[in-house]
Amino acid sequence: MNANETFKKNPLSLQLDLSKFSQESFIPATDEEKRQQGVMGESTTFFKDGMRKLFKNPLAVMSIILIGLILLVVIFAPMIVPYKYEEILSVNGVRDKGAKNLAPFTYSEKEQEFINNGGSRFPHIFGTDEQCRDYFIRVVYGTRISFFIGLFASIIVLIIGMLYGSISGYLGGKVDLVMMRIVDIIYSLPDMLMIILLSVVLNEVLKFSSGSLLAKLGTNMVSLFIVFGLLYWVGMARLIRGQILSIKENEYVLAAKSIGARPGRIIKKHILPNCLSVIIISTALQIPSAIFTESFLSFVGIGVKAPMPSLGSLANAAREGLQSYPYKLIFPAIVICLIVLSLNLLGDGLRDAFDPKLKR
Amino acid sequence: MSETLVEVRNLKQYFPVKVGIAKTIPLKAVDDISFTIGKGETLGLVGESGCGKTTAGRSILRLYKPTGGEVLFNGELVTEKNITHMRKKMQMVFQDPYSSLDPRMTVEDIIGEPLDVHKLCANRKERRERILELMEIVGLNAEHATRYAHEFSGGQRQRIGIARALAVNPEFIVCDEPVSALDVSIQAQVINMFEELQQKLGVAYLFIAHDLLVVHHISKRIAVMYLGKIVEIADADELNDYPIHPYTESLLSAVPIPDPDVTRARHRIILEGDVPSPLKRPSGCPFRTRCRYATEQCAEECPTLSDRGGDHLVACWVK
Amino acid sequence: MSETLLGVQNLHTSFFTDNGEVQAVNGVSFDLNPGEILGIVGESGSGKSVTAYSIMQILADTGRITEGKVLFKGEDLTKWNDKQMQGFRGKNCSIIFQDPMTSLNPVFTIGNQMREAVILHTDRRGADADARVKELLELVGINEPEKRMKQYPFEHSGGMRQRVMIAMALACEPDILIADEPTTALDVTIQAQILELIQSLQRKMGMAVILVTHDLGVIADMCDNIIVMYGGRVCERGTAREIFYNPKHEYTKGLLRSIPNVNNMKKKLIPIAGTPINMLNLPKGCAFCPRCDSAMKICLSEIPQELTINENHKAACWMNVKAAYEEASRNE
Repeated sequence: MNANETFKKNPLSLQLDLSKFSQESFIPATDEEKRQQGVMGESTTFFKDGMRKLFKNPLAVMSIILIGLILLVVIFAPMIVPYKYEEILSVNGVRDKGAKNLAPFTYSEKEQEFINNGGSRFPHIFGTDEQCRDYFIRVVYGTRISFFIGLFASIIVLIIGMLYGSISGYLGGKVDLVMMRIVDIIYSLPDMLMIILLSVVLNEVLKFSSGSLLAKLGTNMVSLFIVFGLLYWVGMARLIRGQILSIKENEYVLAAKSIGARPGRIIKKHILPNCLSVIIISTALQIPSAIFTESFLSFVGIGVKAPMPSLGSLANAAREGLQSYPYKLIFPAIVICLIVLSLNLLGDGLRDAFDPKLKR
Repeated sequence: MSETLVEVRNLKQYFPVKVGIAKTIPLKAVDDISFTIGKGETLGLVGESGCGKTTAGRSILRLYKPTGGEVLFNGELVTEKNITHMRKKMQMVFQDPYSSLDPRMTVEDIIGEPLDVHKLCANRKERRERILELMEIVGLNAEHATRYAHEFSGGQRQRIGIARALAVNPEFIVCDEPVSALDVSIQAQVINMFEELQQKLGVAYLFIAHDLLVVHHISKRIAVMYLGKIVEIADADELNDYPIHPYTESLLSAVPIPDPDVTRARHRIILEGDVPSPLKRPSGCPFRTRCRYATEQCAEECPTLSDRGGDHLVACWVK
Repeated sequence: MSETLLGVQNLHTSFFTDNGEVQAVNGVSFDLNPGEILGIVGESGSGKSVTAYSIMQILADTGRITEGKVLFKGEDLTKWNDKQMQGFRGKNCSIIFQDPMTSLNPVFTIGNQMREAVILHTDRRGADADARVKELLELVGINEPEKRMKQYPFEHSGGMRQRVMIAMALACEPDILIADEPTTALDVTIQAQILELIQSLQRKMGMAVILVTHDLGVIADMCDNIIVMYGGRVCERGTAREIFYNPKHEYTKGLLRSIPNVNNMKKKLIPIAGTPINMLNLPKGCAFCPRCDSAMKICLSEIPQELTINENHKAACWMNVKAAYEEASRNE
C-alpha cells in the first residue's frame, strides 16, 4: 500500500508531510530536559539588583567618578601641596609680598629667583589670593569644609527626622496628630531669618576654646548646624512618617502580627528595613542642599569665620577683583556646581535604582 | 460531626467611621455571627466584597479587637492575654502573595520568623532543618531558601506563606482568599496542597473566598455571608444542590460554570442593584432590598438562623 | 459566511524593557466576523491583553508592534497614523477595561466625561449630546440617568461604573467592542449583571465583541468562538463546544482538568505542574513544554504549527502530529 494514500485518511496528513518525522521525535522528554527549558532567573538580592541598575545609569556613574575624584583631591592634596590654607607665602623665611594675586601656574619674582638658584617650588595651581596665600589649597580646604558641613548637617537631620517620624508614624492617632502639628509650625518659620538671628545671638553666648574645630568654624557655622537640627529635619520626619504609614498597611506587617510578633520586632525587622532605601536616597539628596545653604550663607558673609575658607566665602572674597582676576570666582563656583550637581544626580540615580515604587 | 475545635459565638466587629467633626457611627463589618469548626474540618466562608468575610477571619485571630462576642479554641476562651500563646495554634494565610511577604527578607527568614518569635528552635542548625522540612512539605526547592520573595511567582509565594503558617504546627488556619490572586493553572496546585496538608497534619481551615466553585471543592460545610451576617450554613453539597436562602440561590446561579452546555442551559437569577453600603444597612433583613420575595415582615425584623433539618441553617422569613 | 470585520495576521508585539526585549505576542492570527463574540482566554503573561491593545494601538510607551498586520475591513491599521487611529478608536472599535475604579477620571462628573466622548466622535452638540448621554445610560440599565449624570465616579459602585464605561464605549455604536477582563474586579452577582448586559447589547446592536478573560466560566457562558493563548501564541482555537468537550492541546486539556467544575467536586483536581511562563526567557520549542506532562523531544526544539482538527477547530500541539504519525505507521 502506498504510504501517501494512508496518510490521506487522517485529516492532518493533508496539512503536513508526516514522513519527515521519525519515531525519535515523539519520545517523551525527560523532566531534566523540560526543566532546562524554563529556568528561574539568576538570584539577585534587592541590593544587587539596585546596584546593577545604578551602574547602568551613565549619569549616576559619572557622578560617582566625579565625587570620588573630588574626594581624592580633597583628602590627599594637603599632603602633597606644601602650603597651608592660612599660610602667607614666604621664600627662605621672608614674606613674599610680590606673590599677590598671581595667575594660575605662575611664580612671583622672588620665587622665580629662588627657582633659578636651583631651589624647587611647588606650582600655584590656581594662583594666589590678595593676601599672598596659595589659592588651590584654599579651594581644597573650602571643599573639605563644604563636604563636612553637608555630611554633618544631613546626619543631624537624619537622626532627628528618623526618630521623630518613626514615632509619629508608628503610634499614629492622637500622638501623630500633635506631633505633625508641631512639624507644621516649624515648617512655617523662615529658615534664613532664623539662621541670621541665631548667629547674632550665639555670637554673644558661645565662646569656644581657641584651637578647637568649632572655634575655627566660627559661631555662624555652629548656628547653622543648630538651625539644621531645629528646622530642616521636618522634611525628613514627614517623609519617614509617610513611609511608615504606608508600610504599616502592608499585609506582611499584619502577617507578622498574626504570627505573634511584638511591635518592637515589627518596627525593627519589617518597617525600618523597608523604608531604608527612601531614607538613604533622601539623605543623599540632603547633602547637596546643605552644601548649597552653607555656600550661600558664606557668600552673604554669615558663614564660616576667616581665615577658614569655604567655597562660598572664597567666592565672596573674589567679588572685589572680579574684573582683573575672574578665575578666583570661577574656581570655587565650578567646584560648588560640580559637587552639588553630581550629588543630586547620584541621589536621583539612587532613587531610580532603589525606590521600589518606581519598579516596572 | 467531629469534635469541635473552634467555636465562634456572637462575634461582632464594628469600626468607627467619622461623619462630621466629632461624630462617629459604627460600621458593622461583622454583625453577630456564630459558627463552629470541627477538628480537621474545612468551613468555607463565601460572600461578595464588603460582606465582612475577611474581617471575620481577622477578628477570630484577634488581629482586630472584636467589639463583642467570643471565640473558643479547644474549649478555651481566646483573650488578649493568651493570644500570643494561641497564635501557636491558630494561623493565617493571606490573600495577596505579593504584599504579605516582606520584600527585604529571604525565604528562610520569612518561614523562620514564627520559629524565632516563639523561640521554637534551640539553635541555628535545628532552625535550618525545620525550615527545610517546611519547604519540602509545601513543595519548594530547598536551594531557594536564600532567595528573596520577589523572585518567585505568585503560586510559589503562596507556598511560602503557607509554610510560614505551618511553622508553629497550628491546628487551625484561616485562609483568606488564598487562591484568588493566582493564575487559573496554579490555583489547583494550591487547592490540592491545602487538601493534602489537611489529610497529613489534620489542620482545620476557615476557607474564605468569593469563588463558589473553589469553596465547594475544598469545604465540608459552607457559610454564606451578606452584609456582615451569616444568611445560610449547610453541608457543601446540600447547599449547592438545595440552597434555601434567596441570596444563596442567586449567588449559585450567577457563578459561571466552565461548561458551555451546563452554563447556557441553566436559569440565571440576576439580582437587581448593588450591595448596600454597610453604613446604610437596610432595616430588618439586610438582603431585603434586592430580594424578590421580600415581604413587610422582612423590613421590620431581622431573621435569625434556624435549622431546616440536617444542620442546614437559614436566616430567612419567607423560605 | 459574512465578510471578515477584523483580521489579525501574524501579529508580533514586543516590549523593550531594561531587562531586554519581551516578546509578549508571537505571531497571533485570527479573524473576527460581524456580530461574533470571540473569547481570548489565557493566564497572566499569555499575551491576551497585549493582543487587544495592539489592535487598538494603545500599548505602553515601551511596546511596539514589530511584525504583522491588523486589517479592519481590509485596511491595514498598522500603517495608519495617529490621527487616523484616533478616529478608529471609539468610532469603529471601543475598549472597556478591567478596573472600572481607575478608568474614569475622578474629577469630572459622569455626564461630563460621557458628553466628551459623544462630542468627540459624533456631530451632536449641546442639548443634543446630553440627550444622547441620557439615552446611552438608559441603554446600559442605569436608573435615573439625569441624576447620575451630575454625579462623580466615586459616588457609584464598581458595577455601576462598569456600566458607565460600557455606555461610553457604545457612544458611537462601534463595530467592535473589546472587553478586557470586564468583570474580574466585580462580584459574582454584579458580574452576572454585566455579562447579561454585554450579551443583550450585542444582540441589540449587532456589534462584534472580543472578550479577553482568564475565567473559563465566563468564556463558556458568553462566547461563540474561543482562542486559547499561552506564552504569546495561540494554542488552540475553535467553537466553545469544541474547546470544552474536545480539547486538542495539552494546555487546554490541563486547564480544564485543573479547575473545579460541577462534575469533579468530589475528585481531586489535577493541577498543571510548574510555574507560569517567564516571558524574558521563552523556551525554544513549544512555550508550554516545560509544564507539559506529555512533552516530547520534538516539543523542546520546535514550535508546533497550527493544524486543522476539523472545520471548527484548530490546535498547535505536537501530540496531534504524534497521533497522526502513529496511525499512519500502523496502517503501513
